[in-house]
Amino acid sequence: MTAGISPSATTAPAVELHDVRFAYGAGPDVVAISHLAIPRGETVFLHGPSGSGKTTLLGLLAGVLRATQGRVQILGTDLTRLSNGERDAFRARHLGYVFQQFNLIPYLSVRENILLPVRLDAARRARLQGADPVRAANALAAELDIAQALDKPVTQLSVGQQQRVAVARSLIASPEMVICDEPTSALDSDRRERFLQLLFASCRKAGATLVFVSHDMSLQPLFSRAISLPEVNTASAVALVEN
Amino acid sequence: MGSILRLALQSLRSRAFTSLLTVASIALSVTLLVGIEHVRAGVRESFAGTIRGVDLIVGARGGTLQILLSTVFGIGAPSGAVSWETYERWSAHPAVSWTIPYALGDSHRGYRVIGTTNAFYERYRFRQDGRVTFATGAPASGETDVVIGAEVAERLRYKVGDPIVVTHGLQGGGISDHEAHPFTIVGVLNRTFTPIDRAIYVTLEGLEAMHEDFEAAPTPATPPAIGTPSGDAPPAMPGAEAPPTMPGATPPVMPGAEAPPVMPGAEAPPVMPGAEAPPAMPGAEAPPPVAPAASTDSAEEEDHAEHDHEPSQISAFFVGTKNRFEALQLQRELNTDFTEPLTAIIPGVSLGELWQNIASAEVGLRIVAAFAVAIGLTGMLVALYSSLDARRREMAILRAVGAGPRTIVSLLVFESALLALIGCVVGVALVYVILALGQGAIEARSGVHLTLRALGATEWKYLALVLVSGTLIGFVPALKAYRNSLSDGLAPRS
Repeated sequence: MTAGISPSATTAPAVELHDVRFAYGAGPDVVAISHLAIPRGETVFLHGPSGSGKTTLLGLLAGVLRATQGRVQILGTDLTRLSNGERDAFRARHLGYVFQQFNLIPYLSVRENILLPVRLDAARRARLQGADPVRAANALAAELDIAQALDKPVTQLSVGQQQRVAVARSLIASPEMVICDEPTSALDSDRRERFLQLLFASCRKAGATLVFVSHDMSLQPLFSRAISLPEVNTASAVALVEN
Repeated sequence: MGSILRLALQSLRSRAFTSLLTVASIALSVTLLVGIEHVRAGVRESFAGTIRGVDLIVGARGGTLQILLSTVFGIGAPSGAVSWETYERWSAHPAVSWTIPYALGDSHRGYRVIGTTNAFYERYRFRQDGRVTFATGAPASGETDVVIGAEVAERLRYKVGDPIVVTHGLQGGGISDHEAHPFTIVGVLNRTFTPIDRAIYVTLEGLEAMHEDFEAAPTPATPPAIGTPSGDAPPAMPGAEAPPTMPGATPPVMPGAEAPPVMPGAEAPPVMPGAEAPPAMPGAEAPPPVAPAASTDSAEEEDHAEHDHEPSQISAFFVGTKNRFEALQLQRELNTDFTEPLTAIIPGVSLGELWQNIASAEVGLRIVAAFAVAIGLTGMLVALYSSLDARRREMAILRAVGAGPRTIVSLLVFESALLALIGCVVGVALVYVILALGQGAIEARSGVHLTLRALGATEWKYLALVLVSGTLIGFVPALKAYRNSLSDGLAPRS
């Protein structure tokens, strides 16, 4: 569990949850995790059936949701102690996020979509350490094999290309952790594996920990680590709320 | 903030058609609001500039507005008549620098004929320092001379040298044309964008002669009784030979040296009935021809007999004081004239009063314009609000890359502010385009000359108001998006 070697100077694990509980409003607990740790530099496969609390857990990890109870430590920072604005800023600076699909803002070009995190957040831009953001975006695009699509409107891209643009966006300015919420669900199996190879390579290059959520167990062997959410999440009301 | 602004711009551009419609609805309402204000200010300016440099307008005792309307705007009948002797007396008042007599005569094809003197061309001012100038020709000096305003010339296609005939009464096309006394156009005035453009000017003598001839005209076959003794009757006959015969009569018309011989008593005192009048009459040349005409029937007959076309009365007169501060005192004196009941008005003050009366109609226009703006802004609210559901995904993406709910709010507020701003800019541009293109038509229709001028304080205030309300309205969809983004988090329902 602690076998992963952190490439970063900080030694705190990428994710560490302690007695975390979360409920929407006054409803029953959807997430109840006594302990979960993800070391840095790992590629983690987080799996579970629909309704096992995956999306809620990702919301907690990304700092969009705040745990009702417990500690959610991301890269050594307890998100539950941060204000809403501070959590947003933390996410902007340290995390990348890839959705299942429809990852791109339709009115921006591919390049502008990739540049969005550094354009919106000065701290994220600072991680480029003076490098030209556009050049960084171009390099990522070349790496992910979407360089030829950089100036196209996003609507002309295939689903696979769109997901690779989303990966490029999540990785720009080298965040410490990338969270993917079933990014391959809209891809056919051939492309799925190729997509994952590109994702792993890019995360490794950026030094980012990858947390990958899916219900597709066939992908599990490709990851360095796997966590079964139903085993970790002991909340009873999960299936009622999530779908 | 700059990146959000750019994002807002790009987002609006992506919904170009909706944005265009929203901008159009705001722009049109701004055009209405600013346009009404612009036209109102222009009309007011043009209105206030109708007469300048005249310190007092004096007419027979009557309503202030009546005097103003009849003398300055050529609307309605004058309050009455002022006798020539009174006019002369006040002209000689020590505080008075100059006077312009104003005798409303008849009309020609619906345009008013006004008898006045050269002082009118020299002294009358409008707008800043607009002077009455001639496009062609020169001031009327002879009894048959006539000067016409720019609009009269344009509409009736008159030019210098054309003969014209004056109708008795104010209504155009009357039956009793003064064919007995045909006039010749000697001058055409430049356009002033004031009622001057719609007036016809003759000399006081010409006006007087016209009336006398009119009285003589009904019996043209035989020399009229009144006109006979002088031997000047022939000019009273209709026909082309009239003008050539007139010159003989013209010299005595001038209030110059010929006049005194008519009167046996050369000095004013014996003629004047009012006791206080003599001291007010320092001028030696004027009294003789005027006084008798006004006072006794016999003198009037005599006047006619000599065919000396001096006016017995005028409608009003304009006064320029030597010192403007004396205008108030002079007004008081005029209003308490013992010999003749007069009303003296200060044009600027009366124009202001008149404008106040008209101004209430503006309120209605403004309310309409305000509602138009409200409708335009509501249209924007609808457009932005209804787009929100389709944009939940967009908001989730922004949240994922670290945008806080505040960023989402500012994005939407920026969008509405931008729409309002573009709407304002386009609306104002539209006002100028419409004014520039429609200036000629507006002038031709209403005679109001609208200058293309910079936006006034009120217009800026309106624009600021539209912009602020547009921005504030943006908070409605923005707060909705804020709530959406909080509940959706990174899992939009789409």
